[in-house]
Amino acid sequence: MNTVSRRDFVVVLTSAGGGLLLGCRMGERSGTATAAAAAAPPPAFAPNAFIRVGTDGRVTLIMNQVEMGQGTYTSMPMLLAEELEVGLDQVQLEHAPPDDKLYANPLFGDQETGGSSSVRAFYEPLRRAGATARSMLVAAAAQTWDVDPASCRAKRGVVTHGPTGRTLTYGALAEKAAKLPVPDKVPLKDPKDFTLIGTPAKRLDTPDKVNGKAQFGIDVRLPGMKIATVAASPVLGGKVAGLDEAKAMAIPGVRQVVNLGDVVAVAADHMWAAKQGLAALAIRWDDGPNASASTADVVQGLDAASQQPGVVARKEGDAAAALAGAAQKIDAVYQVPFLAHATLEPMNCTVHVRKDSCEVWTGSQTLSRAQATAARVTGLPLEKVVVHNHFLGGGFGRRLEYDWVTQAVRIGQQVEGPVKVVWTREEDMQHEFYRPYYYDRVAAGLDARGKPVAWTHRIVGPAILARYLPPAFRNGIDPDGVDAAVQLLYDIPAIQVEFVRHEEPVLNTTFWRGVGPTHNVFVIESFIDELAAAAKADPVAYRRTLLSKAPRARAVLDLAANAAGWGRPLPAGRGRGVALLFSGWGSYLAEVAEVEVSKAGELRVHRIVVAVDCGTVINPDTVKAQIEGGVNFGISGALWGEITLKNGRVEQSNFNNYRVLRMNEAPPIEVHLVRSLEAPGGIGEPGTSITGPALANAVFAATGKRIRRLPLVSALKA
Amino acid sequence: MATLNINGRDVTVDVPTDMPILWVLRDVVGLTGTKFGCGMALCGACTVHLDGQPIRSCVTPVAAATGKKITTIEAIGDTPAGKKVQRAWLDLEVVQCGYCQSGQIMSASALLAKNAHPSDADIDGAMSGNICRCGTYPRIRAAIKQAAKGA
Repeated sequence: MNTVSRRDFVVVLTSAGGGLLLGCRMGERSGTATAAAAAAPPPAFAPNAFIRVGTDGRVTLIMNQVEMGQGTYTSMPMLLAEELEVGLDQVQLEHAPPDDKLYANPLFGDQETGGSSSVRAFYEPLRRAGATARSMLVAAAAQTWDVDPASCRAKRGVVTHGPTGRTLTYGALAEKAAKLPVPDKVPLKDPKDFTLIGTPAKRLDTPDKVNGKAQFGIDVRLPGMKIATVAASPVLGGKVAGLDEAKAMAIPGVRQVVNLGDVVAVAADHMWAAKQGLAALAIRWDDGPNASASTADVVQGLDAASQQPGVVARKEGDAAAALAGAAQKIDAVYQVPFLAHATLEPMNCTVHVRKDSCEVWTGSQTLSRAQATAARVTGLPLEKVVVHNHFLGGGFGRRLEYDWVTQAVRIGQQVEGPVKVVWTREEDMQHEFYRPYYYDRVAAGLDARGKPVAWTHRIVGPAILARYLPPAFRNGIDPDGVDAAVQLLYDIPAIQVEFVRHEEPVLNTTFWRGVGPTHNVFVIESFIDELAAAAKADPVAYRRTLLSKAPRARAVLDLAANAAGWGRPLPAGRGRGVALLFSGWGSYLAEVAEVEVSKAGELRVHRIVVAVDCGTVINPDTVKAQIEGGVNFGISGALWGEITLKNGRVEQSNFNNYRVLRMNEAPPIEVHLVRSLEAPGGIGEPGTSITGPALANAVFAATGKRIRRLPLVSALKA
Repeated sequence: MATLNINGRDVTVDVPTDMPILWVLRDVVGLTGTKFGCGMALCGACTVHLDGQPIRSCVTPVAAATGKKITTIEAIGDTPAGKKVQRAWLDLEVVQCGYCQSGQIMSASALLAKNAHPSDADIDGAMSGNICRCGTYPRIRAAIKQAAKGA
């Protein structure tokens, strides 16, 4: 049985309503931290979650991790409820306010929902919070009856005294429990006694998402609110050169034009007037220093940077010597393009800036950063900025940024009363923080039997973490940039992984679903496929022989291959491709993709089979849903995703020229889960990261064409 | 001034007749269940019914809706097909972020209202105009079939 030590203590406060207010504190970081998190400083015993039991018996769980579709508003309550001994039907959820002291994600040190981290970060802390609360409620009951707490049991919010059958509800016990000392050690359940964790419990956020009631940021409505839409400089760093304000003001419903120099907003009674007003302005731009930037310039810069050695992120043996002595040497350059997140809910933020306070309504993956930027812009102290969180209409990493919040507050400073700033799809797609363009050089040496004896991987791209979480960027290595590359599981005696930091400041870049692994796993798993082909070996069999030290990886590989019917004949034009994934998320995945390529180069995905070992599963249906969704997100990106630059401007603008997967193109996806008691691994992103290489390898199997630069469809047609 | 029949109720709004219904619903009437995604009828998030037909409200002007019945996600549960679709959506846990799902449910309800047992091709035809970035397509397909079974 697990126990909680006094150091990982729980603070108890008496809430305004006289009930029990309880938050858990973290004493140490999770052992499954990513490379990024390992480099981040640990929080100083900051509480990070809340349970509130009212005297009326109401159990409120406050959600510090935000809900963007990934199921946190069910998995986090499951962790709390399992140990608190309440049913999911008995709890109500509240969005947490921004507060790094209370709600920091221990993997990052601030209040952040990203990096497939919620269950990894809060698996123990939330169970502890639940267990401690339950233990105090049980103690309060035992005291009331003057009996041994061990003779009492809690279930569904009621404490029962076994021998006499007396009962007291949590509500009746809340006040008394709040006055009790925090127990020194609280036992956590043995996983075999879980009644909720591991079950496909129904999601708590979905009933309001099928009837229009769910409130996303864009749905905010306030008395007297104006609605604004914006045009920021189409070229990063550009300025307004001129505009025709009178024409915009002549549109019925337009109330105000706000020209901030780098961005222009039109505030109106409704979005239609705002859009028309913005068009009527006919803004002229001075494009500034990036006026001539193109994708080709970016690639040239990356290529030049790739000629130089990088900072060594992993070194096993002497890769250079092993490469020189190899019977066969293979090298390649792999490239992945800029990508837009294209969340279906465009960026939006509602603000009400007053002289002495500021209120913000939005859906953010980083509430405390949203609060901090509003404080910076207004000059107000942090406590004068109130941020109301909402459901996110997709995050995918885009809402880890807060540029749109900064912009909305700047606009709000010029507008009387509340204003909702809503980006059009075009504004959203052309003013993203994009997935960076990465440029990788890989090389391998094979012995006479085709077995790899050397592996080198040089990653060239920006260091997102150096900007986003500076303490994580150490010794010139971006732990996210090399994630999955440094964990390479294949049994190769000489390995060298290098990181070359190269910033291309013509576009803002950030995390995109799957983060570092989405790029690195594409490179690794495509290249290992190249080695298998060079060794004239079957891609699954070749990988298997190199996984003697990675039994969990081998198990998922076997499971996926068997389930997919690997080796069975396919009709002409079709091919199967396999890929394997392991990274800082701690999950093992194998995927088999089956594709068909037409003579015209059209690619159709027929079937996807994924085997997943993500350790302990909280909600198996959520895991499956995340894999299905992650795979489909990966298909969009790998088949068609590409943002290009011309004259400093993003060429794509809407879903007609930034193609994403649709129903008629979506393949059947089978997900096979491995039962495991290992620590929980991340699950929101790996499905995306593993899909690109599985598809690229399937294209190779179908056509003999090795595609080293995504997206696949434009490469096939080139 | 225009009078629109929204979810069985006549509503008079002071808007230009070329204004897309989407913004009338969201910004004037306050029915925010209908979502804005693209503004060009490319993503389907804004789908509502006009006399039972699914239309993209982001490109359909007020003038095209006068004298017709607009049904939105807020009232689709009052129709037999809509009710079944909502039930199936919850039973099969279709929803992730949920932003596109109003439009998905409106398209699926319209499909089932006129085709009680749609084939995969019918589903492709009716649903391919609705983008889901969370990638819930396999479950949408399964849920439409389940809703049809309950017909």
